[in-house]
Amino acid sequence: MFEVESSTRIERSSVLPGTEELIINMGPQHPSTHGVLRVILRLDGETVTDCDCDIGYLHRGTEKIGENITYTMFIPYTDRLDYIAAPSSNLAWVTAVEKLFGWEIPMRAHYIRTMVAEFSRISSHLLWLATHALDIGAMTVFLWCFREREMVLDLFEQAFGARLTVNAFRLGGLYQDVPQKFLDLSQEFVDLFPARIGDYETLLTDNRIWLQRTRGVGVISADDAIDLSLTGPIIRGSGVRWDIRRAQPYAAYPYLDFVVPVGENGDVYDRYLVRVEEMRQSNRIIQQCLAQLPKGPVSCKVPRTIKPPAGEVYHSIENPKGEFGFYLVSDGSETPYRVRIRPPSFVNLSGLKKLVMGGLVADVVAIIGSIDIVLGECDR
Amino acid sequence: MADEAQPDGKEEGAGSAPAAAPAPPAQDLRELVERERPGAVLEQTAYKDMADEATLVLRAEALVAAATLLRDHPSARFRLLSDLTAAHWPGEERPFHVVYHLYSFDHNRRLRLKVKLRDGEEAPSVTGVWSGANWMEREAYDLFGVRFKGHPDLRRILLPEDWGSHPLRKDYPLEGRGERVYTKPKRKEFGE
Repeated sequence: MFEVESSTRIERSSVLPGTEELIINMGPQHPSTHGVLRVILRLDGETVTDCDCDIGYLHRGTEKIGENITYTMFIPYTDRLDYIAAPSSNLAWVTAVEKLFGWEIPMRAHYIRTMVAEFSRISSHLLWLATHALDIGAMTVFLWCFREREMVLDLFEQAFGARLTVNAFRLGGLYQDVPQKFLDLSQEFVDLFPARIGDYETLLTDNRIWLQRTRGVGVISADDAIDLSLTGPIIRGSGVRWDIRRAQPYAAYPYLDFVVPVGENGDVYDRYLVRVEEMRQSNRIIQQCLAQLPKGPVSCKVPRTIKPPAGEVYHSIENPKGEFGFYLVSDGSETPYRVRIRPPSFVNLSGLKKLVMGGLVADVVAIIGSIDIVLGECDR
Repeated sequence: MADEAQPDGKEEGAGSAPAAAPAPPAQDLRELVERERPGAVLEQTAYKDMADEATLVLRAEALVAAATLLRDHPSARFRLLSDLTAAHWPGEERPFHVVYHLYSFDHNRRLRLKVKLRDGEEAPSVTGVWSGANWMEREAYDLFGVRFKGHPDLRRILLPEDWGSHPLRKDYPLEGRGERVYTKPKRKEFGE
């Protein structure tokens, strides 16, 4: 028996004599926790009777750093928040700062930003599906998803020079126009991707083992999800048809046609279906962007020194993980006064206890996978 | 709203009194809160008069009642607490601002609430109103030192529990105070 550190408040409950409860650590080094996450579980046999999360292993003080550098210098830091969907994080920051200024961004920049954000959504969901399925035991899905993800990362490298931490956008639009090869390869990708999604679904959606591992596991009702401030595919899996791209559109979303998928039961299986359908819809959005892409400049006139007027704004976008927002306070100088990153993974992870209570240990793995966390954005 | 630029011919045509200025954003919500708790709203602002940047500064004692009202009243229905955070303005009489961002699905609208606290003053916890506030308040306590009265489990969340100080305060330096120092291991020199 070992002592649990005082950083958690899980105690031994009073159990019947002759039985024993186990308090174990899951993580911080664990292949299924998707990063450095430590979950402390109290188990009665295989049933979870209590759960606590210890996070902060990846806390890098990004918010404090933001108070000391300029608005443009902060863009690479946003890459490292949700590093799986880095363009999305870039987009949230640049749109928040542009909201402070009230600039008019050219339409071509809007469309390219939308396209790249949807590619990052596809890339993030592919990685989610790969790792989620791998945790549950399906290894083939992992290799198949990464095959497509390599194509998306190659596209990012075409346009921005980096695969993962792309530093894609700038205040006012883009740094430079995307090469024609990027558009041609994007068209090839969107033409072949729906068939690939069909492949993944063939492996999983009606698979008896998958259904047994995910149906009825980690159920949360819509009211509980709203109460816990969960956002993104979790809340859509519970039946709330809310997507910031529809409710409060930004970039080119007002001009695009797509469906927001919802689930019924709020279990792991529904969240899986929601994300797979979101990949299809992202593909559809990119197709429309390619078809409607206007010509023109890709950046508006931006002053040499970025000094927004004093004030505060909050702007959020629909990240693949949920509502990713920035609360930005400017005091009129070159550096922000307060940068607050509204982290979807942090808030979604706070619902973990409610999701795993009473379930089995094996379900904890499935549930953590279905929440889809990235510790970089959870801890910042 | 750029209204002082030049007089609009249509408005002055009748020769009567000029049209009243449009109500500031969230005026209806302010009146809703004030009916229930008079004097609860101290300030009402909105950055560039944008409707989704409407901000109400509340009295700390009235926060939980106002939050419950805003969550439950049919004309408000702010069921989602998007974000809960804090900001430090040293030099002000009430340097700690706790900021709440709310969203209403039914009306598709956002609202910001603020509570301004003195150093050492406790904020009331809204975990009874929105459960999602639990971790967010823990983070505000961890990084700013703002305590939340009524929070079920107020302890640090991101930093180790023996960190000692609250780094996001403005008087804390960016490079830290030496809590965690990385010393490069001494490599053996050639010939040693």
